[in-house]
Amino acid sequence: MSDLENLKTSLLTEIAAAGDEAALEAVRVAALGKKGSVSDLLKTLGAMSPEERQSRGAAINALKTEVTEALSARKTVLRDAAINARLAAETLDVTLPVRSSPAERGRIHPISQIVDEITAIFADMGFSIAEGPDIETDYYNFTALNFPEGHPAREMHDTFFFQPDEKGERKVLRTHTSPVQVRTMEAQKPPIRIIIPGKTYRQDSDATHSPMFHQVEGLVVDKKSHVGNMRWILEEFCKAFFEVDSVTMRFRPSFFPFTEPSFEVDIQCDRSSGPIVKFGEGTDWMEILGCGMVHPNVLRAGGLDPDEYQGFAWGMGLDRIAMLKYGMPDLRDFFNADVRWMSHYGFRPLDMPTLFGGLSV
Amino acid sequence: MKFTLSWLKEHLETDANLEEVCERLTAIGLEVEDVDDRAAYKPFVIAKVVSAEKHPSADRLKVLMVDTGDGKPVQVVCGAPNARAGLVGALARPGTYVPGIDVTLAVGNIRGVESHGMMCSEKELNISDNHDGIIDLPEDAPVGTAFATYAGLDDPMIEINLTPNRPDCTSVYGIARDLAASGLGTLKQPKAPALSVAGETPVDVIIDLDDERLCPGFALRLVRGVKNGPSPAWMQKRLKAIGLRPINALVDITNYMTFDQGRPMHVFDAAKVKGNLTVRRAKEGEEVLALDTRTYRLSPNTVVIADDNGVESIGGIMGGEHSGCDENTVDVLIESALWDPINIAKSGRSLGIITDARYRFERGVDPEYMMPGLERTTELVVELCGGTPAKAKVAGYKGHDRKIVDFPFSEVKRLTGLTVSVEESRQILAGLGFEILSGDETQVQVAVPSWRPDVDGKADLVEEVMRIHGVDNITPEPLPAKETVNARILTTLQIRTRTAKRALASRGMLEAVTWSFIPEDQAKLFGGGQPSLKLANPIAADMSDMRPSLLPGLLTAAQRNADKGYGDVAIFEVSGTYEGDTPDKQRRVAGGIRRGTASLAGAGRSWSNAAKGGGKPVDVYDAKADALAVIEACGLPMGNVQVEQGGPSWYHPGRSGTIKMGPKVVIGHFGEFHPNTLSALDVSGALCGFEVYLDAMPEPKKKATRTKPALELSPFQMVKRDFAFVVEKAVDAGSIIKAATSADRKLITGVNVFDVFEGASLGEGKKSIAIEVLIQPSDKTLTDEDFDALTKKIVGNVEKTTGGTLRA
Repeated sequence: MSDLENLKTSLLTEIAAAGDEAALEAVRVAALGKKGSVSDLLKTLGAMSPEERQSRGAAINALKTEVTEALSARKTVLRDAAINARLAAETLDVTLPVRSSPAERGRIHPISQIVDEITAIFADMGFSIAEGPDIETDYYNFTALNFPEGHPAREMHDTFFFQPDEKGERKVLRTHTSPVQVRTMEAQKPPIRIIIPGKTYRQDSDATHSPMFHQVEGLVVDKKSHVGNMRWILEEFCKAFFEVDSVTMRFRPSFFPFTEPSFEVDIQCDRSSGPIVKFGEGTDWMEILGCGMVHPNVLRAGGLDPDEYQGFAWGMGLDRIAMLKYGMPDLRDFFNADVRWMSHYGFRPLDMPTLFGGLSV
Repeated sequence: MKFTLSWLKEHLETDANLEEVCERLTAIGLEVEDVDDRAAYKPFVIAKVVSAEKHPSADRLKVLMVDTGDGKPVQVVCGAPNARAGLVGALARPGTYVPGIDVTLAVGNIRGVESHGMMCSEKELNISDNHDGIIDLPEDAPVGTAFATYAGLDDPMIEINLTPNRPDCTSVYGIARDLAASGLGTLKQPKAPALSVAGETPVDVIIDLDDERLCPGFALRLVRGVKNGPSPAWMQKRLKAIGLRPINALVDITNYMTFDQGRPMHVFDAAKVKGNLTVRRAKEGEEVLALDTRTYRLSPNTVVIADDNGVESIGGIMGGEHSGCDENTVDVLIESALWDPINIAKSGRSLGIITDARYRFERGVDPEYMMPGLERTTELVVELCGGTPAKAKVAGYKGHDRKIVDFPFSEVKRLTGLTVSVEESRQILAGLGFEILSGDETQVQVAVPSWRPDVDGKADLVEEVMRIHGVDNITPEPLPAKETVNARILTTLQIRTRTAKRALASRGMLEAVTWSFIPEDQAKLFGGGQPSLKLANPIAADMSDMRPSLLPGLLTAAQRNADKGYGDVAIFEVSGTYEGDTPDKQRRVAGGIRRGTASLAGAGRSWSNAAKGGGKPVDVYDAKADALAVIEACGLPMGNVQVEQGGPSWYHPGRSGTIKMGPKVVIGHFGEFHPNTLSALDVSGALCGFEVYLDAMPEPKKKATRTKPALELSPFQMVKRDFAFVVEKAVDAGSIIKAATSADRKLITGVNVFDVFEGASLGEGKKSIAIEVLIQPSDKTLTDEDFDALTKKIVGNVEKTTGGTLRA
């Protein structure tokens, strides 16, 4: 029996010594291949007596099994070592910087973001969005809005005019978003609940005035909306927009040609910390918007009977409320397309203002 | 509009303090813009100089011992020539801010002598320009009391920001009337002047105008034998408090009337008026030297008052220097006239004259006060300057028809939500001077007072009742909510506008908002510049034309950034462009540009550039990808979108494309730019850009159901086959893709171009385009014969349409 023991010892030694899969394969062939040492032993069984075969056969088969298992175990060890060696060789410097995702670099202009914020708030109250042309007729910009002849706004120092056409009519760049009020009334029967964001133009230029700026206007027309409803809407809007729990607002009687009664609205705030305005606290007043009940003449211009229909309208500077909320110091920068300004004050494209997710991050 | 609290109280009997008055003013629509409570004057006390000795080491200085009434005189060094023992003046103690010299006093040491305060001049107190000496009060001035109280400097000044519809509140009296109506006090009724009139006014007034509205009334009166010295202290004090400079009694009276009653008056020195006064349009080029000592050149749009000497006054705006009143005036002509608000506004604006008279006339002066105003002015003249008034002459005035408004009291509730009793509504209107002519408990006829030209209809009366009753009483009331969940509220164009912005921003681009108006040459360069889109009054020469394209604004913006060192810029804008001046010619465009290396992957150099294609200059394909991304984001079926070679003239003719939906509808352009465009815009660098016309995109087809079409997953393996074709260089890849696809629209589900190669080996003017065709069998596994047939068809189609050959 010692020949088997010897063979086994010698094979197991060879298996353990095999340094790679090729060497191990050679050992396997030399042992278990057609002419392998173990295979040769198995071939000797045929010439044996049954008794001899029984004991000798079992011993040889046991040897075969043991060698096979040793080969398999060694193979696993060698494969793991090879993989580990490859992986080690494949190591990369993961501290090398990768490029940021485009969506992380891109920015939405504050005006677009604010319009989306306002849309989210008013959509919830059943408003839709109306738009109108920047180039307006004198009729829609002034006459239909009850501006009397000779009103200062109709003069060149305030309003951008185009050259008169062959009929002598001068188009204007709209000075407010209010022309859309009348255009909407002409096109749609009440109840009307719209907001009108858009570009507006006036002959003005300094840190808080720009020849081109943005307004958002609201209009409600039905058979019973009154100043009380307007107060509610505007207070709810300011709370939602400035994202504070409460606001104190002051409605002051004022004057606009297209509303009667008219109001200017101040919001209580804290301006003690310089350019940062905090709403919902403080003792300062800041004028934030103008509003009023739609003037009977404007309802008439829209084809509505002021004894049957009534409603209210309000308007405010979009750029201005953007500056108040987000702290840009100078209006002129809004239109300068400086990439540093856009990157800093702009909004990430996936930060979509919603009521369910909050207006701002 | 400025006034002082004591001036207000001359017309308003009230116990209200400054704060209450201001709060109420704002609450009723007379917004308080500024309040000066004159606290700055409080520290100055009346003090008596007990002794005045020469300064030991300065000839011009004196050392004063000054008593403030407590018997403990303080030592003050003073350089005023009139400083002397016995003088009573105004003392500022250390710690006091002295406004006229902008200094807060400290204990001083002047050439070795300590000084514990300062005896002040009028200039140092900002009361006047007088700096000849320190204030020298009468001996009986109460030593130890506040100087401000004694001198009337403790009268708080209030400035209100008056809305243009309220001419009645350009007067202290009118403001008092509003406050009284709101319950803050009682309006004091002025006494009717009692004048003893003698003789006629010898000057006639002739109104010679084509339009009587220009001067609806003119009253004139001569007062003989006046003595025109300085006006009394009380009047000067009030005028000074609101920033007016006292001149002489006659002129001060007219200014006083302007603010006290909102009734601008004018006085002529009768001795300097030659002949009668004619109210007429100025002649073209006629000149007048006005009271501000400037000469104005007039046009017939301006109405003047002229005599035989020529123009004596610009009606309702400013008097003339020639016939002005001075201390030598003996006979004075007082004018009280009415002018057309619109014409005053236009004349004033074209002449560039801003006066208190113009301010009132362009808002509308009470016509019914023309005569009472003349009477009151005459009374003041006689009172302050003596003299004998003559009978007044009146021209043109035809009286005032009061407006009558039907007013149902229920309008207040309807429009404001406020419940105001009929009784209170009546009271408020009456308090404001409205007269209720007739009616009952539900509806009345209301006559509008002559000083309220702004009130036309019942909504105006609602405002009156509301503002006096109190806006704060209006309770916020929720707008009734709809009974259903809102449906979609945005239009397709609005959704596409938002989507385009977010899509481009998520491609690493920054959203800009640039000017709607651009320089004319730029507008022309991009197909615009037509006369109907040119501003008549641009704010600057280079903001003159409505933009026909977003690109010039973006390109120049990119250059501005590059000039600051930020050359790799990717910016976009989604906004309007203008093809004409009508609403349908305003387009909605998404446009963008990339400059330098600002590609989708990122700008600038990176260690990974080589591997990932970064760092190379942007080109037409970057712009194409942006444009298609917008179109895709807007939900257009990309199968119907075609790209054709070439674009508008501002693009590189060989490196630009046109994007169409179907054969006709152009929905976008993209490309690199023509070198002439770039040099005309004065911009440089690698640049590409695009514009997608959101308003040209068709509405999506209405779908009957939201259900997506059933998904059919083929059980058979998808197969890829590669082909390379050698074609003429001019052949576009698009036609190869199209031809290959059309070989079998059912089996072929995609064609990708994976290589484009040009080389000498292919021959002159040739290129090779390699495509990968995706084949998805749906009903059986394809046999070799099937593949051969399909391959032949693909090759045949491509060779036929492009004239190319399969590359060996």
